[in-house]
Amino acid sequence: MAEDLETFRAETRAWLEANCPETMRTPMRGEKDATWGGRNPQFAHPDQKIWMDRMGARGWTVPDWPAAYGGGGLSPAETKILREEMARLKCRNPLNSFGISMLGPALLKYGTEAQKLEHLPRIARGEIRWCQGYSEPNAGSDLAGLQTSAEDAGDHYIVNGQKVWTSYADQADWIFCLVRTDKTSKQGGISFLLFDMASEGVSTKPILLISGYSPFCETFFDNVKVPKANRVHDENKGWDVAKYLLGHEREMISGMGLGGPAGDPMIDAARKGVDPILRAQIALFQVRSQAFKAMSERFIDELKAGRAHPAQPSMMKYYGTELNKARHELTMAAGGSDSLEWESEASNHGAAPRAWLRTKANSIEGGTSEIQLNIIAKRILDLPS
Amino acid sequence: MPLYLTDEQQMLRDTAKDFVAEHAPVSHMRALRDANDATGFSRDLWKQFAELGLTGILIPESDNGLGLGHVEAGVVLEEIGRNLSPSPFLTTAVAAVEALKGTPHAARWFPGILAGETVAALAIDERAKHDGRIEMKAERSGNGFRLTGAKQFVTHGHVADLLLVAAATGHGTTLFAVPTDTKGLTADPQRLADASLAARITFDGVEVDADAVVGEVDQAPLARLLAAGRTGASAELLGVGGGAMDMTVSYLKERKQFGAVIGSFQALQHRAAHLYSEMEVARAAVLKAQQLLDAGDERATDAVSVAKAMTSLATTLAVQEGIQMHGGIGMTDEYDIGFYMKRARVLAELFGDSNFHADALAQAAGY
Repeated sequence: MAEDLETFRAETRAWLEANCPETMRTPMRGEKDATWGGRNPQFAHPDQKIWMDRMGARGWTVPDWPAAYGGGGLSPAETKILREEMARLKCRNPLNSFGISMLGPALLKYGTEAQKLEHLPRIARGEIRWCQGYSEPNAGSDLAGLQTSAEDAGDHYIVNGQKVWTSYADQADWIFCLVRTDKTSKQGGISFLLFDMASEGVSTKPILLISGYSPFCETFFDNVKVPKANRVHDENKGWDVAKYLLGHEREMISGMGLGGPAGDPMIDAARKGVDPILRAQIALFQVRSQAFKAMSERFIDELKAGRAHPAQPSMMKYYGTELNKARHELTMAAGGSDSLEWESEASNHGAAPRAWLRTKANSIEGGTSEIQLNIIAKRILDLPS
Repeated sequence: MPLYLTDEQQMLRDTAKDFVAEHAPVSHMRALRDANDATGFSRDLWKQFAELGLTGILIPESDNGLGLGHVEAGVVLEEIGRNLSPSPFLTTAVAAVEALKGTPHAARWFPGILAGETVAALAIDERAKHDGRIEMKAERSGNGFRLTGAKQFVTHGHVADLLLVAAATGHGTTLFAVPTDTKGLTADPQRLADASLAARITFDGVEVDADAVVGEVDQAPLARLLAAGRTGASAELLGVGGGAMDMTVSYLKERKQFGAVIGSFQALQHRAAHLYSEMEVARAAVLKAQQLLDAGDERATDAVSVAKAMTSLATTLAVQEGIQMHGGIGMTDEYDIGFYMKRARVLAELFGDSNFHADALAQAAGY
């Protein structure tokens, strides 16, 4: 067994060395270098497509999904080795995808065989880009108060309403969406639908954020027809799917606390020399950041072995996002006036300050820090309501 | 290797949990303190540790020990921490054994450690802050060395049979195994804030043979000894912090004010949930350090510093939140939570505090 794993490690290392383009082993310079795939993919560098396609063909964009659904079919131990070897070579993530980090796990658990076969392989290969229709203008932290309605029209639903903070809705091909199918029950009146963003009646409007970018949208539904076959799990049972998916979303967001696979502008700046008080702050941050790295490894290992507390993603999300905000505050402080440049070539069009501002949403999106603390208190510490 | 305890390690944890909670609960420590006990721990308890094989946890099987690793030693230390059990386990069975392992000293000292008769102490620190500077001198004298200088914060130093002493030898630091009955050595025990005893020790021209050297002259295996000590102290801190947190969360479910248990108030829930998060992260850091140390991985040095710093920070938070959320009763001597605060402070200081280790990480990262 251990021998098999060492063979797997050697083969994986050799394959990555042969197949990961050199450019994909350099640090990303900003959000624009991220690969998202989809029907109209955008690549800042052609190697992004090569890297995504090679990994996708091998199922290694989703190494632990079953091969039948486009995954790599790897065991937890093999998946861990792949991750370690990718980190060793400083490989970029071949494919960022809400399909991978959020919808996929929910479909694997709640989807019909037909739904899995239709959607999962396309997610794995980066062919379809997904967005998440959760928050509404009057349903933020109180998500289950959502009002977007889906009326029964025989073999399909008619969806009407509005979502907000829909990440990349204007660039997504499909949406997984929470809708109300029963007004008499709050959590028990929600269903989980999948539909094409090209459907008639869907429109999006990007929201300009403090970072100067518009990653979030308002999304409007005006009599959108959605086949009932696109509902995941039973009618009015969508909250179960929603919560399960949120666990995975929180897991993904917590990963932000780890920083990138290669290079750390905060440490680079510290090496050039910073005042002793800032140095001390960075050093103490490093303690928490490296400890959290161990926590992430522990969490994934426990999760794969079925040993993790079901509410542990809330702890990961809370800690990881607060850490990420702290990292960017320190990075800005260490960068001084250099990191204030908003548009220059030298600053890569203000990558540092825009990333810093972007992180402020980390402790809001996917459930605020305060919501996570509520969940930890009630579900893990068993404190009363 | 997955970052959680194996089935065997969990079984050991269950055994250690039951054993320590039964034989050395907080009331045991309180009784020793109230009696102004001059030893600082129970020798009977040390024997019982030996009967379970625990004093030989890191001693190789070829030397009749259990031949286990730092993960297993940490499992025991966490329970010692959780129960605030006074014990020479950390200095003797972990740090000293790690330093003596594979040297000629093993044959002389391991049988006594295995029997629960021998106690070892570490004479490293010379100043109030652990800083790695060794100024105590060991000069060549006859076929051996003459030791002159002073050490402090030597836990169990006044009752130890064996002292591991770091001294400057011209071109580096050398570690000596010095029996405490050697002439010229004076131990002055000091009661610390947590009621434990640590000695200030003076070496007034103490003569030792050349074979007292552990390892090579000028090349003290201090890194190994300290890595073991720091990792062990981290595990013990985890127990102290975890014990304080558990006690506090229980109290939140019992204490009523405004007609409700105070644990139903969001202000306290958020403090408790934040504390839980810090302790979980600290636990991961400790296990990572233990596993890397056991694997002989070069990344262990950084991981040990992360573990010691993180457990010091998290446990310091745990005991502060513990007293705050207990309210006035937490300030009373009668209630145990205050003991946790005192123990945490001592362990946070031992082998370098969070600032010392954060600085070490910064230096290793090149800034």
